[in-house]
Amino acid sequence: MARLLLVSVFVIATCGLVYELIAGTLASYLLGDSVTQFSTVIGCYLFAMGIGSWLTRYVTRNLLGFFISVEILVGLIGGASAAVLFVLFEHVYSFRLLLYFIVTLIGILVGFELPLLLQILKDRLEFKDLVSKVFSFDYIGALFASILFPMVLVPHLGLVRSGFLFGILNTLVALVVLYAIREEIPASRMHKLSAVVTLIALCMGFVWSEKITTLSETSTYQGNIIYARSSPYQRIVLTKQAQDLRLYLNGNLQFSSQDEYRYHEALVHPVMSAVASPRRVLIIGGGDGLALREVLKYPAVESVVLVDLDPAMTELFSGNEMLLALNQRSLLSPKLTIHNRDAFLWLKELQAKSDRPRFDAIIIDLPDPSNFSVGKLYSVTFFRLLHTVMENNSIAVVQSTSPLVARKSFWCVNKTLEAAGFCTAPYHAYVPSFGEWGYVIASRQPYRRPERYPEGLRYVSVETANEMFHFPADMARVETKIQHLDNQALIHYFDDEWSKYLIY
Amino acid sequence: MTLTRRNFIIGSAATLCVAGLVEALGHFGQPKAVPGTIPGASSAVGHKLRAQSFPAPSREVECEVAIVGGGIAGLAAGYHLHRAGLRDFRILELEQQPGGNSMSGRNEVSAYPWGAHYVPLLTEEATEARRLFEEFGVITGYDEAGRPRYNEYYLCADPHERLYRYGRWQDGLIPALGVGAEEEAQYKRFFAFMESLKNRKGRDGKRLFAIPLDESSQDREWLALDNLTMTEWMSREGYSSPNLHWYVNYCCRDDFGTTSAETSAWAGVHYFASRNGVAANADAGNVITWPEGNGWLSGKLAEPIGDKITTGALVYAVTDQGDRVTVDYWEPKSQRSTRVNCRAVVVATPHFVASRIIRSKTWSFPAEGFSYAPWAVANITLSKLPAGKGAPLSWDNVAMNSKLLGYVVATHQLTEMKPLKTVLTCYWPLTHRTPAEARAEALRRSPEEWRRIFLDELLKLHPELDGQVERVDTWLWGHAMIRPARGFLWGEARKAAREQCPPIFTAHSDLSGISLFEEACTHGVRAAQNVLAHLGIA
Repeated sequence: MARLLLVSVFVIATCGLVYELIAGTLASYLLGDSVTQFSTVIGCYLFAMGIGSWLTRYVTRNLLGFFISVEILVGLIGGASAAVLFVLFEHVYSFRLLLYFIVTLIGILVGFELPLLLQILKDRLEFKDLVSKVFSFDYIGALFASILFPMVLVPHLGLVRSGFLFGILNTLVALVVLYAIREEIPASRMHKLSAVVTLIALCMGFVWSEKITTLSETSTYQGNIIYARSSPYQRIVLTKQAQDLRLYLNGNLQFSSQDEYRYHEALVHPVMSAVASPRRVLIIGGGDGLALREVLKYPAVESVVLVDLDPAMTELFSGNEMLLALNQRSLLSPKLTIHNRDAFLWLKELQAKSDRPRFDAIIIDLPDPSNFSVGKLYSVTFFRLLHTVMENNSIAVVQSTSPLVARKSFWCVNKTLEAAGFCTAPYHAYVPSFGEWGYVIASRQPYRRPERYPEGLRYVSVETANEMFHFPADMARVETKIQHLDNQALIHYFDDEWSKYLIY
Repeated sequence: MTLTRRNFIIGSAATLCVAGLVEALGHFGQPKAVPGTIPGASSAVGHKLRAQSFPAPSREVECEVAIVGGGIAGLAAGYHLHRAGLRDFRILELEQQPGGNSMSGRNEVSAYPWGAHYVPLLTEEATEARRLFEEFGVITGYDEAGRPRYNEYYLCADPHERLYRYGRWQDGLIPALGVGAEEEAQYKRFFAFMESLKNRKGRDGKRLFAIPLDESSQDREWLALDNLTMTEWMSREGYSSPNLHWYVNYCCRDDFGTTSAETSAWAGVHYFASRNGVAANADAGNVITWPEGNGWLSGKLAEPIGDKITTGALVYAVTDQGDRVTVDYWEPKSQRSTRVNCRAVVVATPHFVASRIIRSKTWSFPAEGFSYAPWAVANITLSKLPAGKGAPLSWDNVAMNSKLLGYVVATHQLTEMKPLKTVLTCYWPLTHRTPAEARAEALRRSPEEWRRIFLDELLKLHPELDGQVERVDTWLWGHAMIRPARGFLWGEARKAAREQCPPIFTAHSDLSGISLFEEACTHGVRAAQNVLAHLGIA
C-alpha cells in the first residue's frame, strides 16, 4: 500500500510539472514573449500550489476519498487544459484571464496532493523516512517530466495530446488506488464511476486531438511557433525549425531566413545599382526591414522612408534581437523614417502637397495580390500616384508574385504599370522557399541594367542578371487585362492560378 | 467550516461558475443599449401643412426668384440660375440640410448616405446630368469613340455585389446557387431580351426606354406595358422562375420602393432596358458612387450657392399674384413666418406638397394618382468590418428573402487597404403593408424598436458583429419616392402635373414618376431655363 502511494507520488509529480510546462509553452506560442509567459505561469502555478497545501489543513476526514477526487479533477482539468486553451484562444474576450484561471485551478489541486499523501502515509511510515521518500519521488518525477517534455512529448505528441496523456495517467492513479486499497472509502462507487467517465473522455480527447488542433491554427504551420500576434490588420506568426526562421502573415509565407537573401537582393539591387546616385529611397511595405538592409548597402543613401501599414510589424522587427540580427539592425538606422500609414492614403495626401519629397528609388514589397484590399495597391490608379514622387530618372520596382505559377497575374502587374505610363523591365529570380519569383521595374526612361553591383552579394551579379531578365517560354508574356480599382482583374487571375497550383 | 469532499466540489463548481461569469461579463460587457437617434425626416413640422394654421408673415423680403425645396431638383435649378449669372434667388428647405433624398451624414468613422447612393453610367439622353458630371470632374474626358472617361475614384470599386443565401455569400445579386437548367434558361432569355431593348428604337425613332424617362419613345405598343404590372408581364412572357421573380421584385423595391406585383411593367422593364451608359474606362453596368452616396452630388450642387439656401424653413403658401408670386414660409425655430416677394418661383417639392401649397387659378393639379413609398434607412456604425463565408465584403450586400434590401458599405470607396471601422447603410422599403399603413406604423415605432429591428436583421447575417455595433441611427422617409404603380407613368395625372404655369414653375422627379438623380436634375435645370426665359434673361 505504501509503495503504491509512493509510485503515485512519482506519477503525479510528473503530471504536475507537465501541466505547468504545457501552460507555459502554450502561452509563449500564443502570446509571444516566452520569458514573461513562463515566469508568470510558473509563479502563478507555484502560488496556487501554496494555496492548495494550506487548504489541506481543513481536510480532516476521509483523506483517501478526498485524494481520489483531487486526482480525478486534476486529470480532467490538467489533461484538457491544452485543448481548451488552444480552441478558446481566438474566441475568448481575455485569453490571459482564462490561462491564469486554469493554471491557478490546476495549481491548487496539485497543491493538495503532497500534503494529503503525507497525512495519509504518516501512520504507515516513520516521519524521517516518509519525508525523504515522498520528496525524492517528487523531485525525480519533476526531472523526468522536464526531460521528457522537450525531447519526446512536444516533438512527437504535441501539446494537446501530451496534455490528454498525462490527464489519463492522473486519473489512472485515482483508479488504481481505488481498486488496490482495502480500507472502506465512502462513496467508492461514485468515485469509480466518475474516474471511468473522466478516463473515457480523456481517451477520446487523446484519440481525436488532431481534430481538436485543426480547430486552432497551430497545425497549419511547419516548425514551432515562436511568436504569434493578431494586430488589427493581420495575424503575424514567426516559426522556427532548426536554423530556419519563417514569417507568415495571415498564414502566407513571407520569407524563410534560409533563402530570403535571394529574394531581397533580387528585389533591391537591380533598381538601386541602376540609379546613378540613390540618395532618397522609398520602401512601401517591407516592415521586416530586409529590403531596407539591402538598400543600406549603398553609401550614397541619405534618407529612407518606409511606409508600412502595421506598426506591429515594424515594432517586432526593430525590437527583437534575433530579428535585428536578420535585418542587420536596419530598422534602427538613423537614415530611416517609418510611417505606419496606408500607402495609398499617404501618397494621395503627398500628391496634394507642392513641397512633397521625390525619391530616386522606390521599392514596393507588399504581400501578394490575393484579396481586394491589397489589390488596391496594385491598381493603375495607385501606380499612377507613384509618378508624383518620382523624378524623370527615378526607378521603382514592384514584387509581382510568381511568373511561373501565376503567369497572368505577373504580366497583369507589368501591363498595369505600362498603363500607368511607365517603361517596364520585368525579371525573375529563383527563391527555393517561394519558387520562381517575379519583379517588375518601372521607370520613365527605358531601364538600363547596371554594370556593377555592391561587393559581397550572394546572389545578384551581372551574370545572374542576364538570366534574371530572360523569360523562358513557360513564363513568357501573355496578354492580360489591366488592374483597375473598379475591376480587379489581377485578384481573379491570382486566385485562379494559385488555386490550380495548390491542388496539384 | 471544515473542508469535506462535498463542500470542496460545491466550492470548485462555484469557483468555475464565477469564473465563467467573469468571462461572460467580459464578452458581453459592452453596453446592451446601442445608442442612436432618428434625425429625420421632419414629419411633425411637415404635417403642419395639413392644418395650415401659421402666424401671418411678420416680415417681407424681396428677391427675383424663390426655389421651394432643396433636393436635387431645387439645387440643380439654383445651380443653373447661378451658372446663368443670376444671383438674386433663394432656396427654402424644410430639413436642416439640403439634399432631399440625396442627404448624407458623417461621423468620425465615415460619411454615409441617408438615401440615394449611386448613379449608373450616364445614358446618351442624360445631357444635364452629363454637363454636371463634367463640371464636377466626375467625367474627366472622352475617348476617340466618344465614351466618357470617369474619375477612377468615383467608379464603384471591386467587389461590387454579393448575395447571402444558404448560409453563405455568392458573387453578384442574381441567385446562382441551386438554380436548375430551366431557371438558368429563363435567366438567359430574360437578360438577353432586356439587353436587346437597350438600344432598340420605337416607331418615332427614339429609344424605347430612356433616362430621362420623357425622352423615351411614345410608341403606343410599348407604352401599353404601363397597363400591366411587372409580375403580370413576366407571367405573360412565360417567366416562372422563382429566383428570377425574387430578383426582379428586389430590383423594383430597390429603385421604386414598390413590389413587382404593383410596379408598372413599363417601369420594371425600364429598370433593365434604360441603362445603356458606357465608359471609356469601366465595364457597362458599373455605377458611380461615393462614401456619402449622392450626398456628394448635392454637396457639389450646393457649393457655389450655399449662401442662398435657408434651411429649417417650411413653405406653406405659394400664391400666384398675377405678374408676381409670394412665398410664405414658417420657421419652427423662431416660430415666425416670412413672406418672400418674387417674380418667379420654382416649386421643387414632391407633387403632394406642391398641391397643398400652391394657390393659383391656372396651376391646379391635385395629388390624386400620386402615391409614395415609405422607407426606413439605418446607418450602423461598426467597430469591426463584417465578414462571412464565401464571397468577400462588397459594396452592396444583399440577403435573399430579407425584408431589408441589404446594406451598403460606406467605406468601400476609400482607397485605404483595411479600414478598421465602418458604417453600413441598411435600406428598407416598407412594402409589407400599403404605403399609408406602413407610414403610420413607422411613425408609431419608438427609436429603440427601430434600432432593434435593424440590429436583429444585421446580426442574423453577421452574428460575429454582436458587441461591435457602436450606434444605429435611423431616418424615416414617410414619402421617400414616387411609386410608378400600374398606369401612372403614361396616365393623365402625371401628364397634367408636368404643365408649367408661369410665374409658377415646377421641378421634381415626381414629374417623371421615377426617383432618379438624372430625372431630378433634368427637371431642375429645365425649370431654371424656363424661369430665365420668363424673366427675359438670356
